[in-house]
Amino acid sequence: MVTESLILSAVLFSIGVAGAVFRRNAIILFLCVELMLNAVNLAFVAFSRTVGIEGQVFVFFVMTVAAAEAAVGLAIVISIFRLAGTVDMKDLNLLRW
Amino acid sequence: MSQLLWWVLASLAIGGGIGTITRRNPIASLLFLVLSFAALAGIYVMLGAHFIAAVQVIVYAGAILVLFLFVIMLLNLGGDYRSDLRSGAWVVAGFVSAGLIGWALATALTAAGAVADTSAGARIDASVTELNAVGAIARPLFRDFLVPFELTSILLLVAIVGAVILAKRKV
Repeated sequence: MVTESLILSAVLFSIGVAGAVFRRNAIILFLCVELMLNAVNLAFVAFSRTVGIEGQVFVFFVMTVAAAEAAVGLAIVISIFRLAGTVDMKDLNLLRW
Repeated sequence: MSQLLWWVLASLAIGGGIGTITRRNPIASLLFLVLSFAALAGIYVMLGAHFIAAVQVIVYAGAILVLFLFVIMLLNLGGDYRSDLRSGAWVVAGFVSAGLIGWALATALTAAGAVADTSAGARIDASVTELNAVGAIARPLFRDFLVPFELTSILLLVAIVGAVILAKRKV
């Protein structure tokens, strides 16, 4: 079951990567990042069966970082929406030359 | 039986992930992600990480994704179903990068010998029966990882201050 979980983690991570490339909505991009973080969490939990309880402790830290990232990222999305009136990445080309 | 349950949960997780990246409506997309996270919580239970599974449901699916839902509703994104899928070279780039990363991760994670020794799993199960699900993770967290644990509280404080300053109308 550990090996299968690691494969599942790789599959979920690549789904997150594909979503981050396919989509233009900034909030969906955040959701894809959350999906990738969860894939990493699954790999940590699976490795905790072979390495030790430290894997689960690391999942705890990853969740904290994900919460902080969601709070700051969504605040940035809100202020971008206030500035540009959209969260579509196609229209957010302020830094493009 | 447990193998069958694992496959059901794994297909729910993958289906939820695919639903997340293909739904046009952001709220549908988010609810698919909740499905995926719930299935992952089931897999955590099967891997012996009961506390992580509970935290996954309460904190991740319950709090973080509700925060996303708040922002989607705040920005009123559920109403317009304007497609935000990229096209052309982006699709090719997406499939190629996802395939390459998935292949590289799968081969690297399951490299020979990496998952051979499962004695640590038995040790975790013994520690769970001795200290309960919370104690088994709290003991290493507050002994070996005390400094990182305290640092995460500073990280959360910085995130709170940053979110308030970013979302304020005038700085």
